Amino acid sequence: MSATSAPTPTPADAPPWRLSDRLGLGFAWLMGLLFCVVCAAIVVFLVVQGVRFLKPDMLWTNPKVGFNQNTTGGFLAEIVGTVTVTAIALVIAVPVGVGVAVWLTEYGRPTGLARVVESTVEMFAGAPSIVLALFGVILFQAPFLAFLSATTQGHAYGKSFFAAGTILSLLALPIIVANVREGLRAIPDHVREASYALGKTKITTIRRVLLPSARPSVITGTMVGAGHVIGDTAIIIFLLGGTYTLQGVGHIPLLSTLRGTDSTLTSFIYANAPTGELNQPQKAYAAAVVLLAMVFLINVVVDISGRKARELKWT
Amino acid sequence: MDMTQPKPIRLLDADTKLVPLPRDFHVLDALPATGPDLDQELATFVSAPRDARPLVPTIDRMRIEQVSIDYGTKRAVREVSLPVRQGEVLALIGPSGCGKTTLLRSLNRLTELTKAAHLSGRITLDGTDIAELEPTALRRRVTMLFQQPNPFPMSIFDNVAYVLREQAKRKPRRGNLRPQVEEALAHAGLLEEVKDNLDAPALRLSGGQQQRLCIARALAARPEVLLLDEPCSALDPQSTKVIEDLIVTLREELAIVIVTHNLQQAHRIADHVAFMYLGELVEYAPAQTLFSNPKQDRTREYVSGAFG
Repeated sequence: MSATSAPTPTPADAPPWRLSDRLGLGFAWLMGLLFCVVCAAIVVFLVVQGVRFLKPDMLWTNPKVGFNQNTTGGFLAEIVGTVTVTAIALVIAVPVGVGVAVWLTEYGRPTGLARVVESTVEMFAGAPSIVLALFGVILFQAPFLAFLSATTQGHAYGKSFFAAGTILSLLALPIIVANVREGLRAIPDHVREASYALGKTKITTIRRVLLPSARPSVITGTMVGAGHVIGDTAIIIFLLGGTYTLQGVGHIPLLSTLRGTDSTLTSFIYANAPTGELNQPQKAYAAAVVLLAMVFLINVVVDISGRKARELKWT
Repeated sequence: MDMTQPKPIRLLDADTKLVPLPRDFHVLDALPATGPDLDQELATFVSAPRDARPLVPTIDRMRIEQVSIDYGTKRAVREVSLPVRQGEVLALIGPSGCGKTTLLRSLNRLTELTKAAHLSGRITLDGTDIAELEPTALRRRVTMLFQQPNPFPMSIFDNVAYVLREQAKRKPRRGNLRPQVEEALAHAGLLEEVKDNLDAPALRLSGGQQQRLCIARALAARPEVLLLDEPCSALDPQSTKVIEDLIVTLREELAIVIVTHNLQQAHRIADHVAFMYLGELVEYAPAQTLFSNPKQDRTREYVSGAFG
C-alpha cells in the first residue's frame, strides 16, 4: 500500500521460484480479487439503487397506505423496530453469553455438564434461524407466556418484541460465548496466578482482572452478534412482523411496546421486494442501504475493539 | 553482551571426564576471560561486594518439613526439608524439571490450583501449618512474583491499589490510598519514573518497569515472605541489576525465596542455596560454600556447568 517505500531488492543469488509456487500465488491473487469484485459489485449496486430512491424524509416517516411508491411514506417504524429488537436480544444474550463463557473457561465443572453446554451452544450456532423461529412460535403461543403478546379470545398471538428479542438472542449467544472464551483463553495463566498470589479469590480475579482483560472480546462478540440479529429475517417474520408500524398492546408505556408488534428493516425489505406482498422495490432498495450502513457501522466498532485487544498483551 | 544468559561453562577434558576443581573455585572465575571489558561489566553487575553487605539478623519464618509433592503418579518433590529465614535470600537451583518451582509454589499453596497435585509433609509459617490457614490470608502473607511481568490491564495506580482493597471492592477511594500506593512504588524503586503518570495503563511500561510494578504490587500487601520464580529471566541486564539490588535490600524486612536458572544470579544475591535434582534436595549450604566447595559430586558437576 505504501507508495513511498522502495521496492525490496531481490538478492542476486536467490533461486528462481518454482512454477507450482508461481501458479499457486497467481491463483490466490485471482481468487482474492474475484471476491473483492463480487463484494464491490453488490455494494455498488445497492448503494446506487438505494441512494437513488432514498429520500431523507423516509428516515422519519412511518409507512403509509398509498397507491404508488411516492405516497407510501418511509420506514421510521422499521428502524425503531430493528434497534429495539437488537437491544432486547443483546440485553439477554450479553450477560448470559459472558456468564456461560466464564463458567466454561474458568470453572468447567462438572465436566460432563460443561461438555453438554458447550455442544448445545455450538448447536445454536449452527441452527437455521427459521427453526429457532418455529420453536419461538410454539413457545410464545403457549398459554403461560400469553401475557408477553396480544391475546384474542384467550389465545396468545405469539408475535411481540418480547418474543422476537428472546429468540433472536439465541443467534447472538453462541457468537458472544465463542468470542469471550477466546478472549479469556488468551490471558496467560500466570496473570490469574498473580491475582491469587496477592490473596484474591477466584471471583474477584474474574471480575477485576479477567473480564476487564477480555473486554475487547466481549465488545467484538456483542457487535458481531448484533450484526447477525440485525440481519435476521425469519425470526422477525414469524415472531414480530404482524404490522408495518409499531402497534402497542395494553396501556403501560414501555410494556405496551414490548408486547406489541412492528417490522424491522429486514422484514420491510422482504415485504417490499418484487416477490413480497407490498412490491415496492424502490422502498426495498432505500431500506437496504440504511441496513447496510448500520452493519458497516458495527464493523467499524468491531475493528476498533480488535485493535484495542492487540494492544493489550503480556510479554 | 547478554550477561543473563552466559554460555554454559564446560570444564571437561577430551574424554569428557570431570576436571577436578580447585578448592577456591568460583563460578565467576570460570567465565571466559575476555580482558578488561568483562571485568568492567562484572564490576557494574555485582551490586556490592558480598562482604560489604550489612549483616542482617536472621529469623526463621517458614519451615519445609519432609515435603513430597506428587502430580498424579509422578513425584515432583521428594521429602525436602528447608528453613526459610527473614534476613536472607534462599535460592533454589537445579536443572529444569527438578521440582524447584513446584516447591516454591507449594509455599503459598499455589500448587493446589493443579487438581492432580498432592502434598505430603508439613510447611509451617511462624509455627502454624499453612494447610490450616485460609489460602487468601496465607497468600497475602506469602506472595509471589512470576517469571513474566504480569501487570493487570488497569492503570499503574490501580494495579497497586488492587491489593490494598478488600477483594473486589472499589473502596477505599483513590485519595485515601495514595500514600500507601506511592510508598509501595517508592519501595520498589519505581515511583520516580511513574509519579506523573499514575493513571497510565500499566501494560505500556517497559518490561523492567512492569516487573518492578509487580514487586510494588506484591509489597503493598506487606507480605512476610516473597517468592520469586525466575523474576529476571525475561528482562535485560540493566533491569536485572535493578531488581537484584532490590531483592538484596528487601531481604532485611522479609524472607525471600528465589528460583533461578542463572547460577551467577544465585551467586550474586543468595545467602543460602539449595541445589535440587530430580525432586531431591541434594545440597543446602551457604552460597559461598555451595559454589566454591560443594560437598556432593552432583552439585559440583551442576555448578561447573557439566549438566542442566
